Amino acid sequence: MDKRSNPGAIGDRQVTRRDLLTKSALGAGALAFASAIDVRYALAQDEEPIKIGWLGDRTGDFSIVGVQKYNAANLAVKEINDRGGALGRQLQLIAEDAQSDNRRYQEMVRKLILQDKVDVLHAGFTSASREAIRPIVDQNKMLYFYNNQYEGGVCDSWVFPTGCVPDHQVVPFIPAVMEKFGPRVYTIAADYNFGQLTAAWCKKIAEQNGGEVIGEEFIPLDVSQFSSTITNIQNAKPDILIVLLVGIKQSSFYEQKNSAGLQVPMATTINMGQGYEHKRFSPPALNTMYVTVNYMEEIDTPEGKDFQNRFRAMFPDAEYVGMEAAAEWEGIHLHIAAVEKAGTTDKEEVRKTLESGISVDGPAGKVTIDPATHHTVRRIYLVHADEQHNIVLDQTFEEVRPDWLSTEMGCNLPEKPDNTQYEP
Amino acid sequence: MLARIASEVRPVLDGVFNAFYQYQDSFAFLVLSAIGLAVIFGMMGVINLAHGELMMLGAYITVGAARSGVPLPLAMLVAGAAVGLIGAIMEVLIVRRLYGRLLDSVAATWAVGLILSQGMLILTGPSIQGVASPLGSFRVGNTSYSWYRLLLGAVALALLVALYLLFMRTRFGLRARATIQNPEIARALGVDTARMYTVTFALGSALAGLAGGLYAPTATVVPFFGTNFMVEAFVTVIVGGANVLVGSPLAAALLGAINAFLAQTWGLYIARVGLLVTTIIVIRVLPRGMSGLVDRWRLRPTGAR
Repeated sequence: MDKRSNPGAIGDRQVTRRDLLTKSALGAGALAFASAIDVRYALAQDEEPIKIGWLGDRTGDFSIVGVQKYNAANLAVKEINDRGGALGRQLQLIAEDAQSDNRRYQEMVRKLILQDKVDVLHAGFTSASREAIRPIVDQNKMLYFYNNQYEGGVCDSWVFPTGCVPDHQVVPFIPAVMEKFGPRVYTIAADYNFGQLTAAWCKKIAEQNGGEVIGEEFIPLDVSQFSSTITNIQNAKPDILIVLLVGIKQSSFYEQKNSAGLQVPMATTINMGQGYEHKRFSPPALNTMYVTVNYMEEIDTPEGKDFQNRFRAMFPDAEYVGMEAAAEWEGIHLHIAAVEKAGTTDKEEVRKTLESGISVDGPAGKVTIDPATHHTVRRIYLVHADEQHNIVLDQTFEEVRPDWLSTEMGCNLPEKPDNTQYEP
Repeated sequence: MLARIASEVRPVLDGVFNAFYQYQDSFAFLVLSAIGLAVIFGMMGVINLAHGELMMLGAYITVGAARSGVPLPLAMLVAGAAVGLIGAIMEVLIVRRLYGRLLDSVAATWAVGLILSQGMLILTGPSIQGVASPLGSFRVGNTSYSWYRLLLGAVALALLVALYLLFMRTRFGLRARATIQNPEIARALGVDTARMYTVTFALGSALAGLAGGLYAPTATVVPFFGTNFMVEAFVTVIVGGANVLVGSPLAAALLGAINAFLAQTWGLYIARVGLLVTTIIVIRVLPRGMSGLVDRWRLRPTGAR
């Protein structure tokens, strides 16, 4: 019995005629208002707007990052429209909420592609959500920007993963933290493709640098209680704890380890930069947590501060401006830069133009699409949180290249179409 | 000689303490997750799918009060009382109309839960800054432990004892049990059963709010905070069966042991699998849960040895 198919069944006793009247009056008012806006736009623009499809987690487990990404997409679209749009056309953001639910990702991505007929898709947060929609994207030959850090390895003709990958994050930070603290590494990671593959990367890079992984635990996403994990880590006595935990429930780890008195230097590719754990948890839960990021609001560069000011001017209530907000902004600008260079929104043409090496200047300086792998060449910062949770910049790496896919796995998309995710 | 014995016994004692700590930690989490849900389900036959969101409200009220200067234990009690009041309002406005309509009450309370969590997201954004766990840590052997986690174990036990006394030793408890057993007769004897239901629902909600407040310092406080507890809450209630006084403690004792042992030995993934497999086995073997088993034992024909 699907009650949604029969709306009268639930509410017929509660809805009075007066309710119905006020509601329909309100609805009609809203419609009139909306169409007034449409008319205004139609008058201003001779042509159809460029449709930017956005799909992410505005609610649910991943909304802490999803809301930042959504706001960043709005900021990018507004800024491009304010300077006159692209090719003389305005941008229209068509955003859907996937509610942190992979099934809903698949439903809504079909809606955006088939019904809304968007010109480009900016979508996904977790790697599980990306893999849920990637086959649909490939099947429909949709230009897809995954503006998010992830475990790397996606070599796909239609996908542009513009965020950080292990080339940017794991390769620089493992030697840096091992030199500081010692070679014995313990990894706890979320139990899905992101956690498993990033943990494999950490192991590979640690061993290449003379380190040793003395323990690994993969934890289901719905676990929020970590007493046994904390004890096991204490018994193993690692020099460094690599934390690859994802989502609201797993972030409880920090408070619990702090309350249990576990003190160990930590490193991660995601925490703090995405979900601002150093702001959400009381010090010193994140003390000596190292992370490699493309952007965090505390990193003091002119372009970074400028981005943050524009973001906060548009969204005064924003709690944090993190690395994926920056990646989202860059992704939308990279696409539009390619559209302007190609002189069309035709997906095949734009893809070829992107493969000619498009750059934009963003919150973390210059970002360039690497033609062979569709990933980005970008600046990376290694930072850590101190005892009071201040963010300290340790090192800046300029023009870090995402070359593992092309040099070791033979990914060369302009020459050789592909849709594989390669594993380390 | 004595020193040698001590050095050999010491690691064993450390191991025993660790096992005890992990066990009471799992036990407390299961009891506190489930207790509000179990009271409402056991006493009223209503599956309250807004249970997690009531816990979330408890956490928000606790954090809000604590950050504005109220001492943390008092903030938790305030949260319990406030969520109890919200529960009473929910009962009068919605749940009351749906007694005896199990599926309708499931849908309605689920909807209330969605409104509460999404409403909180709109009102306060995706997260608020929490409060740190109080009391600090202590060491046994090579491992350090959290005092606050031990306190949670004690609070879980105290709440179970208090509930037992409330339902078995007070006039309210007598009337509440009469209302569950036979509402018509209870009404005929002058019990205001409608009020009993409201008070029981408010009690279950207050327990959810208090539990949410108790766990607020250990987790990140977000609109979807309640989902942290839903698996454990339902598993405990299903394994425990309808009688909250007997079933919930027994279920938490069994599941806590399984969870703590598996998590310590093979990690949290296997522990989660173990929890769910146990539930499936219990549903198959004891369809009425642990309290059904106890009832059968209590009502066994005497002399039939």
